Amino acid sequence: MEYLQILGNEVYKILFLLVPILVSVAMIVWLDRRVWGLVQKRKGPNVVGPFGLLQTLADALKYIFKEIIIPASANKVVFILAPIVTMTLALVAWAVIPISEELVLSDINVGILYLFAVSSLGVYGIIMGGWASNSKYPFLGAIRSAAQMVSYEVSIGIIIINVLLCVGSLNLKDIVLAQKELWYVIPLFPMFVIFFISALAETNRPPFDLPEAEAELVAGYQTEYSGMMYAMFWLGEYANILLMCAMGSILFLGGWLPIIDIYPINIIPAPVWMILKILFLFFLFAIIKAIVPRYRYDQLMRLGWKIFLPFSLVYLVFTASFLFYFDKLPKGNF
Amino acid sequence: MVITSRSTINSVFFLILDFISVGCLFIMVGAEFLGMIILIVYVGAVAVLFLFVVMMLNVAEQKQSWFIGKKSTHIPIGLIVSVLILLELLVVVGGWKYKDDLMSSSTLNLSDISNTHQLGLVMYTDYILFFQLAGVILLLSMIGAILLTFRQRKGVKKQSYFNQISRNPSSSIELRDVENNKGVKIDD
Repeated sequence: MEYLQILGNEVYKILFLLVPILVSVAMIVWLDRRVWGLVQKRKGPNVVGPFGLLQTLADALKYIFKEIIIPASANKVVFILAPIVTMTLALVAWAVIPISEELVLSDINVGILYLFAVSSLGVYGIIMGGWASNSKYPFLGAIRSAAQMVSYEVSIGIIIINVLLCVGSLNLKDIVLAQKELWYVIPLFPMFVIFFISALAETNRPPFDLPEAEAELVAGYQTEYSGMMYAMFWLGEYANILLMCAMGSILFLGGWLPIIDIYPINIIPAPVWMILKILFLFFLFAIIKAIVPRYRYDQLMRLGWKIFLPFSLVYLVFTASFLFYFDKLPKGNF
Repeated sequence: MVITSRSTINSVFFLILDFISVGCLFIMVGAEFLGMIILIVYVGAVAVLFLFVVMMLNVAEQKQSWFIGKKSTHIPIGLIVSVLILLELLVVVGGWKYKDDLMSSSTLNLSDISNTHQLGLVMYTDYILFFQLAGVILLLSMIGAILLTFRQRKGVKKQSYFNQISRNPSSSIELRDVENNKGVKIDD
């Protein structure tokens, strides 16, 4: 009985986290299309609901009532599993994101590693989808996407190490609290820029949306998907983008901390700050989608391996020696 | 499931499941850092490469020669290797003894330092030599792999960013008078 009560309690907490995330994913899709429209001097979705806010819900309703078509030559189990994996991984990572000092589902010691691990698992949904479709365009798209995600993860990892050197802890809460005096975006600004661009590549957003390059690959790994399964891929993708924005704001923009800790500004509650920062990063994502042309594949790989990786390594050495020389290395709690 | 499943892809997926389970086991015994590293390195990178290789191979052909073909040369060698491994396992498991003070020493270690710190404390002090050696071996194998597969091909069109940026109109545009009924040689 007691066990059931604990379980119920946890489920209630998880729902309390997941439902806002799914709703905000819907809103963020709307925001994305709105920003995109504004940049191109269009109106964007503005018909359903006030300002078109309910557009995504209408879309979702449409997807639910569509038929799910499974190709005859597809590997059915893997085909169905792929969007589920994508969606689950995108949502599971949110368990460790601290919205404020108390508001976090599970405050684990290796939070940042957990985030990194989950985001590196994200490749599987795409490879599985592309392979199981048993068709050439999805497979090509999946391979491109996997290669891209694996190579940009390397530089994201090194950027994370950069931040960890300054913090001295893998706990996300400690990472935010260490930025009380100075957000890491200031001393580590080049790393922030590289992180942002790598995040674009990691989530397959333009200008790195080669896996879905519609002119060459139809629609990449999701070509054969229809109805709700396509919608799950799409929701997972946006949840991932949101996750990357949250990660960026925790690592570099000081998480839930206000800009300056003085009276009129610091009465704004912490979650609001967190959400504002995530929205700011997402706004950048959306604007970049509208204004930057797509990269060519070899350029993308060159950027990842020959520019970002060496640069972040050099910056890592620089950070370490700077901290060591000025005796600013975090002492840790042991 | 890794070895009994008939389709190669399925067995790779089960292998991935295995890796994830190992990571989960590590986390459950309290070694959360190791568990996460296993997830990142094995599942996130190594298994992806496995999956790539298996997907690229012609799986149907492989099945033919391995399972249906009459003369299988793999079985005797496989038997020898597996028997050897079994014997080794027996030797190791049979001679297994827990340290007497295992419980007391581990509780002492698990005081309030996170195991990331513990690992770092041991790895960068007592075992620094082995740690560095492992790093050097990895680097060597990486360079070796690149060297083995690297070949310079001729006639490949490459984009040189430096040349592209440093072009200027005076050297790249040229006006020529074309005579009637005669062509112009552009490349020289």
